[in-house]
Amino acid sequence: MSEMEDCKRALLTQADFDGELDAAQAADLVLHRETCAQCRAAYERLAMVRAAIRDDDLYQRAPDSLRSALTARAAASSGGSEPHALAPARARWWPTANFGMGAAVAAGFALLVTLSGNSDLADRVVDDHVRALQPGHLWDVESTDRHTVKPWFDGKIDFAPPVKDLANHDFPLKGGRLDYLNGRQVAAMVYERGHHPIDLMVWPAAGAANAAPTVTMRNGFAAIHWTQDGMTLWAVSDLERAQLAEFVDLWRAAP
Amino acid sequence: MAPQFHSESFEAVVLPHLDAAYNLARWLMRGREEAQDVVQEAMVRALTYFPSFRGDNARGWLLQIVRNAAYASMKLNRGLVAVPIESQAGEDLALTDPGDNPEMALTKTQDLKLVHRLLAGLPVELREVLLLREMEEMSYKEIARVTEAPIGTVMSRLWRARRLLATAIESGERAA
Repeated sequence: MSEMEDCKRALLTQADFDGELDAAQAADLVLHRETCAQCRAAYERLAMVRAAIRDDDLYQRAPDSLRSALTARAAASSGGSEPHALAPARARWWPTANFGMGAAVAAGFALLVTLSGNSDLADRVVDDHVRALQPGHLWDVESTDRHTVKPWFDGKIDFAPPVKDLANHDFPLKGGRLDYLNGRQVAAMVYERGHHPIDLMVWPAAGAANAAPTVTMRNGFAAIHWTQDGMTLWAVSDLERAQLAEFVDLWRAAP
Repeated sequence: MAPQFHSESFEAVVLPHLDAAYNLARWLMRGREEAQDVVQEAMVRALTYFPSFRGDNARGWLLQIVRNAAYASMKLNRGLVAVPIESQAGEDLALTDPGDNPEMALTKTQDLKLVHRLLAGLPVELREVLLLREMEEMSYKEIARVTEAPIGTVMSRLWRARRLLATAIESGERAA
């Protein structure tokens, strides 16, 4: 194999070995191997590696405990108690969670996984996001213009939520809504990446100092919490954690 | 709530691929705990998406979610991607009954441990294409979809993975 590693015929031999060629191409290669010792050897080495890997003892089967936990969870979910399916309009059947390899690293803060403290609130924030995903619930005002969204909150809520424009970073604003959370009215801004909605929930932090973001996972949703300029903020989405972290980082830095 | 697009249930369509999901997670992650966490998270995500899943390749669909969850977890926890699981090589080897030929069984154990260690030591982008091809017997097209890479890239990664492994097995055998 090593003598011909850059050879196109190597990849063809491999494709033949993997059954990816049509009959005519495969026949050509069979004839070629009769006279070419190198390709014959390459083919045999492919077979040797395959035999070594295709051993049932190397295949890692799911532990029974995991299987029963997931079976129970699936049964509970299809029983209808948790209507957390995405609305069809936003649905995608091959979720291309294309988290940029460098994007998370570029996000300039350390993500800490919260152990306690905000865990109840994280549950409520994620529940609220899941409720909002139901058709027609995501926003009360639909606009990509922050100069429309921001004034919409005036008179409806007793504080002025910061509304920022991140469309240039591929996180367009989609709208806003009012929610009731943690015993008070909160403002929710809706952003989007791809077809994944991001809820950003905001309410006054009552004099609390700025606090760095921490991330919590709940039922497959990522929730990131931080405090900034006297506001408590929660970003929640079914995006990859790394992408949501990118969003939070951009939002914090935006004017 | 019955799925809106699938006449069959999540249990019938997705759960049969749990072993494939775990196998991929286990070979991508450092330890058993991490692999289980990744599968749990991926399954919850799959449940959320399932009502909108219309394809006929449930395994590929699930494995893509598992892979994304695994990469996200690796990045969150360590800030780097390729982590050889060498230290745990062999811990999960459920060996078959040696029967009445203990000498043969010993050789097999040694071979398996060697292959396990070599496979675990491959760079993650080579390891994943190799196991999707050889353990899941996926086509190039399916592998390209799961790993979000062009088919040509899949082919060259597969070639590099096999070449590395073949060379290492041969030198391992010589050393033994």
